[in-house]
Amino acid sequence: MSSHDHDHPHEPLTNVAETAVATRVRALADLLVDKGVVEREDLHQRIDWLVSRSPSDGARLVARAWVDPEFKQRLLADTRAAAFELDLDPGPSPTVVALENTETVHHMVVCTLCSCYPKALLGPPPDWYKDFPYRSRAVSEPRAVLEEFGVHLDDGVEVRVYDSTADIRYLVVPRRPPGTDALREEELAALVTRDSMIGVAVPVSPSPVAM
Amino acid sequence: MRYRPGQEVRVAARRHDGHHRTPAYLKGKHGTVTRAHASFLNPETHAYAEDGLPEEPLYLVSFSQNDLWPEYRGDLTDRLYADIFEHWLEEAG
Repeated sequence: MSSHDHDHPHEPLTNVAETAVATRVRALADLLVDKGVVEREDLHQRIDWLVSRSPSDGARLVARAWVDPEFKQRLLADTRAAAFELDLDPGPSPTVVALENTETVHHMVVCTLCSCYPKALLGPPPDWYKDFPYRSRAVSEPRAVLEEFGVHLDDGVEVRVYDSTADIRYLVVPRRPPGTDALREEELAALVTRDSMIGVAVPVSPSPVAM
Repeated sequence: MRYRPGQEVRVAARRHDGHHRTPAYLKGKHGTVTRAHASFLNPETHAYAEDGLPEEPLYLVSFSQNDLWPEYRGDLTDRLYADIFEHWLEEAG
């Protein structure tokens, strides 16, 4: 008697261990598949792609920019092309744009409308990036938010908050920490954290080896 | 593209019922075009299973933080950047 009588199996709609949000997402996914809007296989492929991405790709771009000033210029001018140079996947367009932190300018990225993020180069966004407190406070009191993340800016540093409201994704190129002249590119990449490419952390040089 | 980098603009203050990508906190605010990106599908129709055509020009617009928030604590030079579609921008003198 159900209007929902077709012959494919469903995953169970409820599960005591599942959160309300997960139940709703699963129901939504079932509906989209039932109505032919998406194929279940496409959904799985997109999720597999997303979780296969990681901040180590973004870190490779930053480390190369630190050691190669000409590459840095190309990265800032056309981030997508620079990613291809390193055989990295910048993802399907939305276009990605790199923002360089300097002695006088600090960039920080947020998406107040949802959770836009350069996923192809950084992987899935952290939970706090998607939560209301960060999304509202990053635009209205960025300096307080930075302090809470442990970023203490020098006097005279201009804070530029990028609200990714549409098709462009922003990736921060943090400053190279002092005392890293002797490090190789791969060692430098290991210093570049996810949060530093969102602009809420700064890379630090590794502790000096005890003598 | 109708606007050029350096041009002063104002974000339209109108309401829009339905999906759109112009944050409420920027409506009615004055800013400066920083970059003319390119044209992209119009999210206001594309979000409803339409084709999103014609594509709409998209700009990076920057705003003085002190203009956005009356209680803003930070340097006078601090700025906020957001991507705004052309049909949400008006010329400002």
